[in-house]
Amino acid sequence: MLNKTLAGLVLGAGVAFACAQASALTIGFSQIGSESGWRTSETASIKAEAEKRGIDLKFSDAQQKQENQIKALRSFIAQGVDGILLAPVVETGWDQVLKEAKDAKIPVVLVDRGVAADPSLYLTKVASDFAEEGSLAASWLAAHTNGKCDIVELQGTVGSSAAIDRKKGFEAVVSNFPNMKIIRSQSGDFTRAGGKEVMESFLKAENGGKSICALYAHNDDMALGAIQAIKEAGLKPGKDITIISIDGVPDIFKAMADGETNATIELNPHLGGPSFDAINAAKEGKEVPKWIKANGPLYLPDTAAAEYAKRTAK
Amino acid sequence: MNGLSSSRNKAATAGEPGLVAGFLRSRAFWPVLVLLLILMANAFISPGFFEVTIVDGHLFGSLVDVVHRGAPTALVAVGMAVVIGTRGIDLSVGAIIAICGAVMAVLTRDTGFSPAVIMLAVMGTGALCGLWNGVLVAFLGIQPIIATLILMVAGRGIAQMITDGQIVTFHSAFFEALGAGHFAYIPVRVEVALAAVLLLALLLRRTALGLFVEAVGGNAAASRLAGIEARGITVFAYVISGLCAALAGIIIAADIRGADANNAGLWLELDAILSVVIGGASLMGGRFYIGLTVIGALTIQSLTTGILVSGLPPQYNLIVKAAAVLVVLLLQAPRSRALLRARLGGLFGGKRHV
Repeated sequence: MLNKTLAGLVLGAGVAFACAQASALTIGFSQIGSESGWRTSETASIKAEAEKRGIDLKFSDAQQKQENQIKALRSFIAQGVDGILLAPVVETGWDQVLKEAKDAKIPVVLVDRGVAADPSLYLTKVASDFAEEGSLAASWLAAHTNGKCDIVELQGTVGSSAAIDRKKGFEAVVSNFPNMKIIRSQSGDFTRAGGKEVMESFLKAENGGKSICALYAHNDDMALGAIQAIKEAGLKPGKDITIISIDGVPDIFKAMADGETNATIELNPHLGGPSFDAINAAKEGKEVPKWIKANGPLYLPDTAAAEYAKRTAK
Repeated sequence: MNGLSSSRNKAATAGEPGLVAGFLRSRAFWPVLVLLLILMANAFISPGFFEVTIVDGHLFGSLVDVVHRGAPTALVAVGMAVVIGTRGIDLSVGAIIAICGAVMAVLTRDTGFSPAVIMLAVMGTGALCGLWNGVLVAFLGIQPIIATLILMVAGRGIAQMITDGQIVTFHSAFFEALGAGHFAYIPVRVEVALAAVLLLALLLRRTALGLFVEAVGGNAAASRLAGIEARGITVFAYVISGLCAALAGIIIAADIRGADANNAGLWLELDAILSVVIGGASLMGGRFYIGLTVIGALTIQSLTTGILVSGLPPQYNLIVKAAAVLVVLLLQAPRSRALLRARLGGLFGGKRHV
């Protein structure tokens, strides 16, 4: 018995030591900025993960500017870091600096967004699959409504990859159910005000909202705006109109706890773990896939109050 | 309108009551006609557009949406009209909306001040922003487009600083009523905006202030020689614009019960300028029309609401809106109108000789 415990202790200490050895790394992280609550929690999560693993994280906030990110990357390369995390503010214009990193044999992990560059220039991309989020939303809705529902859709900003793929993934699943159809679809620009204004017009156009069974919003903020519009039209959001949205911002959990929305799919901000794992794997010479999918879970009202408390307890 | 065209109008409407003829010749004719045409087009595309019902003790329908959504734009636009009257322009109104929304949300969330005090603080913030613009333009002689560009760019940064980059939500019965409540079946925000516009119209047109504004815009040097404190009038115009933007900022933040520093009032300055132009003012200064500017704002909002209700795929929203605005402006431009009239005149030429 004692022996076993002792052996366990020694083994545990050994594993911990090995971990510390393997990840005594210096890693640079170029973040876009802190324009949304989601990005702030992404930064916090990656910093916390680095601290847990004993990684020396060099953090640089680009304040929404690509030139700042390129400068930061060059400075990381000059410092000879072991790896770089990059949340690119735009898709294009990265080839040169990525090539410089590759020449210096520093692996670059793209977090939460992709770039339009030769995939050989970076190690991998750690991000959610927006199309899968859309499919999950549609699958839940199909199950919730027994595959019979007239849906209105609030799209994100026209042309954004999140809007395109969340729409595509949702439609792909809806098309399997002959009694489910999207009756109206319009852009609310990912904002609360946009979601509210467009939802108001949906309600007017659809018989005061009586012919709408469900709302699918490409992000929570638009859903929060739409909830107000539905209330002002004399209907009960979450009951008269079923609502599902994506992102998992704190306010949507509050609305869900109040019974005003039905489900949200979290856009996973905890990308530090898989990113550092990928860099470690590359160091050990292992093959790393070009896209590591880090999708978040679907949340329902039963846990909403607890999740809201957890997310606002900082 | 030149003498020739008005005499033709008179000929075309000869025999009708003087009131109609007067309206046809008045500068209100084209803006009002355009608004009516757009509303008719909306009703044609979406049959329920004019339907107004009563839901939960207030009016409910697309027409109500037009005035409801158009209220903040109209407010900002009348402030813009005064600035444009002085031959200026205020690009910073969208940013002022963001700053004022942020101030209001943070004060409501973090302090126990009464709504009246918060309103006062927010209006003060708006006035301060306008004062900054006015001093840059009038006393430092910076061109208005550059002077107000500074606050346009910096303002959103200031708002983000106030809100810490987050959407600050708040709960206040007073502001919720202001943003989305109804009094006597009509949205409160519409009544508030209407009261503010009327107050401004009285201030400008029942005193000599409006005339001074136009004099400064027409010729600042001449107006100074005539004894008008041109710099003071210019500062006054920007402060008015700041105050209007502040009130719009309150309404916009109260509407969604939150201050969104990144998006509140984004590009609203352009809609405001367009409203003023549709209302028949000249960007060269010297004249402005408050009532017609409101018509201009409602025209833009009817377009937006009409597009949203029509079920048009969102990627066509902007192009349809731009095409409609182009037609509106062409209808209002003297040269294209003269061309149109020449063509129509050719068609009806025979009749007139009979």
